[in-house]
Amino acid sequence: MTAFFQSIGMNHDWAWSVATIAGILLIALPVMLAVAMAIYFDRKIWAAMALRRGPNVVGPFGLLQSFADGLKVFLQETIIPSAANKGLFLIAPIITFTVALMAWAVIPFNSGAVLTDINVGLLYILAISSLGVYGVVIAGWSSNSKYPFFSAMRASAQMISYEVSIGFILICVVLWAGTFNLNDIVLAQKGHGLGFLNGFAFNLLLFPMWVMFLISSMAETARAPFDLTEAESELVAGYQTEYSSMSFALYWLGEYANVLLMCALNATLFFGGWLPPVDWAPLYWIPGWIWLFAKIAFFFFVFSWVKATVPRYRYDQLMRLGWKIFLPVSLGFVVLVSGYLMLTRYSA
Amino acid sequence: MIHVIAFYLFAFVTLASAVFVIMARNPVHSVLWLILAFFNAAGLMVLLGAEFIAMLLVIVYVGAVAVLFLFVVMMLDIDFAELRAGFVRNAPLGLLIAVILAIELFVGVVANSTGKAALGTPDGTGAAPVGASNIEAIGALLYSRYLFLFEAAGIILLVAMIGAIVLTHRKRTGVRPQNVADQIARRHDEATINTRPEVGAGVKL
Repeated sequence: MTAFFQSIGMNHDWAWSVATIAGILLIALPVMLAVAMAIYFDRKIWAAMALRRGPNVVGPFGLLQSFADGLKVFLQETIIPSAANKGLFLIAPIITFTVALMAWAVIPFNSGAVLTDINVGLLYILAISSLGVYGVVIAGWSSNSKYPFFSAMRASAQMISYEVSIGFILICVVLWAGTFNLNDIVLAQKGHGLGFLNGFAFNLLLFPMWVMFLISSMAETARAPFDLTEAESELVAGYQTEYSSMSFALYWLGEYANVLLMCALNATLFFGGWLPPVDWAPLYWIPGWIWLFAKIAFFFFVFSWVKATVPRYRYDQLMRLGWKIFLPVSLGFVVLVSGYLMLTRYSA
Repeated sequence: MIHVIAFYLFAFVTLASAVFVIMARNPVHSVLWLILAFFNAAGLMVLLGAEFIAMLLVIVYVGAVAVLFLFVVMMLDIDFAELRAGFVRNAPLGLLIAVILAIELFVGVVANSTGKAALGTPDGTGAAPVGASNIEAIGALLYSRYLFLFEAAGIILLVAMIGAIVLTHRKRTGVRPQNVADQIARRHDEATINTRPEVGAGVKL
């Protein structure tokens, strides 16, 4: 895009700045729209699974429900508890929201269609997702209220626990792809399964990693069945208890943007990202971003499906799953995958 | 131009937040300023072209170490008056450390600017291979030239980790933790009994 802005008579620095800002808007605005629609579909899917109708009043089929909710919270008053630490209390939702959007910078939407094509893309995602915990912890502390504080404690322990096994799972993918660049990881999946299926999930050694990644990504985004940070039967609304109006809405948006990001990562790392599912020429006529969106939508459905059907874990069970099962298994698979590659690809 | 703006932005925020780490009255604010300083230092490293180190800084320090810091500081019940009471007693020690650090920094800067010591490697042995990315360059060095140091560091960390577990682990009696293997191994006929008791007789448990 820089070249385009240079061609209409800007110097390089200006063209780069304008192109970057345009790129950010091109990603952030569709993501926000997708988040609004994701909330609607989430509610519709739970409703369908509970034999209810779900939102169906605002707009055709209730499609405008999220926008009505957005307008409602926008017009509400922001209540700041008098004992709260005011500055941090207001910064916390902004951190959550910003961090949730930042990670989209390295997701490839099509061949080369990525905001920043850096060669440490996957590490960047790990780095950004490790920042997400601050929004929750700061909210819990600055609210100066006991339930948010408990929730913040839980959230930080939970996110740190699952980040460890996510790191090992990503190392398996990186070992197989031979690169940290997300676009190259997508390209490495071309024809990976049986010579015609695009995606690392069709690999016998990486398939268990994908299952673990899917579960870990639910834990990382604190979605059901791992939503202990906002378990309403125990903690009122968790770290969001004291929040209202837009600051509350920022948490909602950030949470769903994170869920969509995890869906995009599932698609990009294990199901061929913007590649069509099958390596067959006519399927490449459909633009890559449509395939990526379809895969994100599919994984989002899986997330909602799980939320609608699986009961919540107990906290000790969550920790047991993370530390006693996922960590050793993913560590074992790092050894297994590197050993396999050593004996086959790098044996010469 | 953009590089310059970015450099001054990151450098200014790093220095300012480092000052606020010391100046903040609330220890939680101190930790948060420290996190901001880490983050901007990572930005400076990206500008230097050391993106791998920058990402590691964010993942390890911001994402893990600082969270634990914050955790501890948040849960501590800190008496600020008591904290400040020790200021005069500890000031000489603090000043000494500050002076030593300042001298080290000064020597480094002077040695570099007068050409006595160059950053990087004069003989080229440690230089990154041309055309390789950051990660490949570090990996190639770490697993060949510095293999033993790397593994020694790994063993030290492992020993420290096991030591921490040994020191804090205690066997508690009187608790009944969930035994998942037992629960899964339980079969229907050993877990339930089917009886038809006489009216008024009840069942024996």
